[in-house]
Amino acid sequence: MSIAAAIAETADEGPKGPPPKRRGRFIPYLLMLPGALWLGIFFLVPLVTLFLTSLQTPVAGGDVGQFEQTFNFANYPETLTDPNYYVPLFRSFLYSASATILALLIGYPLAYGIAFKAGRFRNVLLVMVIAPFFVSFILRTIAWRQILADEGPVVAVLRVIGLVGPTGGVYPSAIAVVAGLTYNFLPFMTLPIYASLERVDHRLVEAAGDLYASPWTGFRKVTLPLSMPGVVAGTLLTFIPAAGDYVNAALLGTPKNTMIGNRIEFTFLSVNDYPTAAVLSFILMASILIMVLLYVRRVGTEDLV
Amino acid sequence: MSVDTSTGQAAPERLSAGRRVRRWLGANALRVYMGIAFVYLLLPVAYTFLFSFNDAGRTNLTWQGFTFDNWLNPCGAPQVCQSVVNSLTLGLLVTLVATILGTLIAFALVRYRFRGRSTTNLLIFLPMATPEVVLGSSLLALFLNIFVPLGFWTVMIAHVMFCISFVVVTVKARLASLDPRLEQAAMDLYASEAQAFRRITLPLVAPGIAAAALLAFSLSFDDFIITNFNSGQFTTFPKFVYVSATRGIPPQANVIASAMFFIALALVVIGQVIGVRRRKG
Amino acid sequence: MARATDVTKAQGDLYLERLTKSFGDFVAVDDLSLTVPQGSFFALLGPSGCGKTTTLRMVAGLEDPTAGRIKIGEADITELKPFRRPVNTVFQNYALFPHMDIYENVAFGLRRRGIKDVKTQVMEALELIELAQVAKRKPAQLSGGQQQRVALARAIVNRPAVLLLDEPLGALDLKLRRQMQLELKRIQTEVGLTFIHVTHDQEEAMTMADTVAVMNKGVIEQLGAPTDLYESPKTAFVANFLGQSNLFPAAVLEVDGEDIVLEDSDGRYRMPMNRVAPSVSPTRGGRVLVGVRPEKIHIERLAESDATPADGNYVDGTVRSSSFMGVSTQYEVATAGGEIISVFAQNLSARDLLSEGDPVRLTWAPRHGFVLNGSEDMNAGVEAVTAAAG
Repeated sequence: MSIAAAIAETADEGPKGPPPKRRGRFIPYLLMLPGALWLGIFFLVPLVTLFLTSLQTPVAGGDVGQFEQTFNFANYPETLTDPNYYVPLFRSFLYSASATILALLIGYPLAYGIAFKAGRFRNVLLVMVIAPFFVSFILRTIAWRQILADEGPVVAVLRVIGLVGPTGGVYPSAIAVVAGLTYNFLPFMTLPIYASLERVDHRLVEAAGDLYASPWTGFRKVTLPLSMPGVVAGTLLTFIPAAGDYVNAALLGTPKNTMIGNRIEFTFLSVNDYPTAAVLSFILMASILIMVLLYVRRVGTEDLV
Repeated sequence: MSVDTSTGQAAPERLSAGRRVRRWLGANALRVYMGIAFVYLLLPVAYTFLFSFNDAGRTNLTWQGFTFDNWLNPCGAPQVCQSVVNSLTLGLLVTLVATILGTLIAFALVRYRFRGRSTTNLLIFLPMATPEVVLGSSLLALFLNIFVPLGFWTVMIAHVMFCISFVVVTVKARLASLDPRLEQAAMDLYASEAQAFRRITLPLVAPGIAAAALLAFSLSFDDFIITNFNSGQFTTFPKFVYVSATRGIPPQANVIASAMFFIALALVVIGQVIGVRRRKG
Repeated sequence: MARATDVTKAQGDLYLERLTKSFGDFVAVDDLSLTVPQGSFFALLGPSGCGKTTTLRMVAGLEDPTAGRIKIGEADITELKPFRRPVNTVFQNYALFPHMDIYENVAFGLRRRGIKDVKTQVMEALELIELAQVAKRKPAQLSGGQQQRVALARAIVNRPAVLLLDEPLGALDLKLRRQMQLELKRIQTEVGLTFIHVTHDQEEAMTMADTVAVMNKGVIEQLGAPTDLYESPKTAFVANFLGQSNLFPAAVLEVDGEDIVLEDSDGRYRMPMNRVAPSVSPTRGGRVLVGVRPEKIHIERLAESDATPADGNYVDGTVRSSSFMGVSTQYEVATAGGEIISVFAQNLSARDLLSEGDPVRLTWAPRHGFVLNGSEDMNAGVEAVTAAAG
């Protein structure tokens, strides 16, 4: 868990002040108590409940949605070997990884441009990056339906170029789902990168140029490493919610594009098979945690201030 | 280091059109790229706005013709306005509770060194790193197990839970950038601890708390996944839109979303202007 | 409560009694005792990390001493919270409240103490620093020098028994710093408060303070008037940190009446006994350091003065380097015994300039040298000066 704590530290913004003072031993606990209780009761306890639910089995001869606690760990291998579940799980990670990479490719230059080339328009551009948030997430996603529809502008252009056939389209499809995911989480990628780029002292890049680095080398050796905390934060903020999302797949995809989120929602709310849904939730959380740990270890947290 | 004078006197080379385009692109590639990125970001917003004028009737999927009717009658579709009122009530209550709880935690974390500090940091971080389906389904598992009826209060509990972390992070950032010597200076100038807090710390942290409150409100107002798990029959605006997506979304939803967009934009612009004014004095 | 109010109005000399502050294993201030007379301008001078700022913060009440007492006159203020002490601080970065205008910044302390005619006093303080015209501006709109003066006004408007200045001029450029030094001195004379000024800039300390205490590694090395410290340093650290000194090892030959006679491979030196630091035991063969300031040495071409001078100490050598600095020329002279001695010669006329390789004789009056304990590190304080300058 120490690595997760390290990520939590990287998420911290602002300069590190002097060490906090030691005065009034009980005051910090009093300050934290209400919020920590809330998180404890409504975040930690539910995780335990979820885990316990994942071990339940149906009551023999009972109604739909009636389960009893049998500590049946076999629920896990049973669910994991069912292609109805492991395929959407794998698809979720494929889609969210693609969306994360695309968002990085779009978001980094965007953040760079705003930080270094925007001049006095910087604040205006920043507002433009967060502006999509002011429109309901669901409506924005539905707008993509209209944009990507067969009679919409994107397909028209693609048909002219010949990238899709005269009757072909992009909605609904895996491409539409990934485009929607990329779109919905792009600001989460751009803003942290912008925040760390903004703190890069431009004289460092000039110094690199003075020391015979070409602009590209200067970027690669100075700017990019210094902006890595933002890149790490941005990729995590994109990947994690994208992996659990089901709105994009539901609105922009076909049943062949279902993600694990759709399965969890459907199993929980429509089938009322709570143990299986709980197993899926737990597997999703565990696999995300493992991937995040591996990723953070690979990127290295030491040099991430 | 001899200077080659001949090139200086040579007639300016005429560039071919292709090379000129390439040179222009070389100089402006980033701008072009940013332009495309902004189109990508804002196109759905424009569409949402545009389709608020669609003379759509029941399904607002294709363009049927221009009309102001939807704007003149935003509550025309059944349930739209009720869901907006629900979302606003919920958002305000969630913002109030989450901002207070989160701000208290932020103060504890920045101002005190105590046992359990890093555990608390982890507790704040984890909800942000957990996918919404997991947050939503685990809370639902709890409510089902203890037979709590789903509705306004279960959604409120869920929203406060995921908003607290964002409030803590936002207020913490502002608080950590505050020069502790300002409080020391206040105490040096005969202000008691309480006075130093009220007159120096609080006014200086207030923008951070305000930003956190706005963030909490927008997170709550726009949340769909967690709400969907824990709301039962209670309907929020995003839930209303999602549910009606299968039958066709009334254009009134676009009217309300567009109005919210412009209100939020106006708030941000006013905030910026006030910020600039303040700095200029 | 009544007692606390009395203490808030305490007047008199400031006493630090056996003050110690340690952070874990690190002792920042070590058993420090000090008396600062009321109304004096007192400087605590030392390199960074010497404990001077910690001492100041203990007086302000921002740091609790590990041991020892702090008193103003009869009143013990050791346990008092900062806001109950008749002490105000001018912070290093000024710590002006960014959300209040200049007037409100200066009025802050008066308002907290519930004083009635805030306006008159604030305006008086602003007049004193000649900034009454910017009363309605915010701190960010002022220049560094102006902010510094506002920080000063904000503190002195409260008429504290002791005013603490923590590197108050550190953020200003050289020219402004000179100007502010004179201004600070003027204001101190005008208001007559006790000023304790912490700085690493020896020139600043000497220009302004009546009394300078040189601190090193948590203890006071030497305390006195600037001229005393400069003319008669008692330790190698003070000799090197305050101005420049030539120090070279020698042995005690004898004590001859009022004088001490020393010897090294370059010759013999005679100095009055009152030029010998108290830590030196003048026994025959005892190791000492001979010190002489570069500007006290007279440099001459050797051919012109080969006879032994009747009065004064001398060393012969050759010029190793010279650098022309306008008012003076700095020479580095290598002696036969292997010492490098630096000399500042006033440029009375350009003809007299010596060049590299010239044989020279260096002479100085016996009362211009000083004798330090031979067990001291000759280079103590040299790095500190470089560090403080950087």
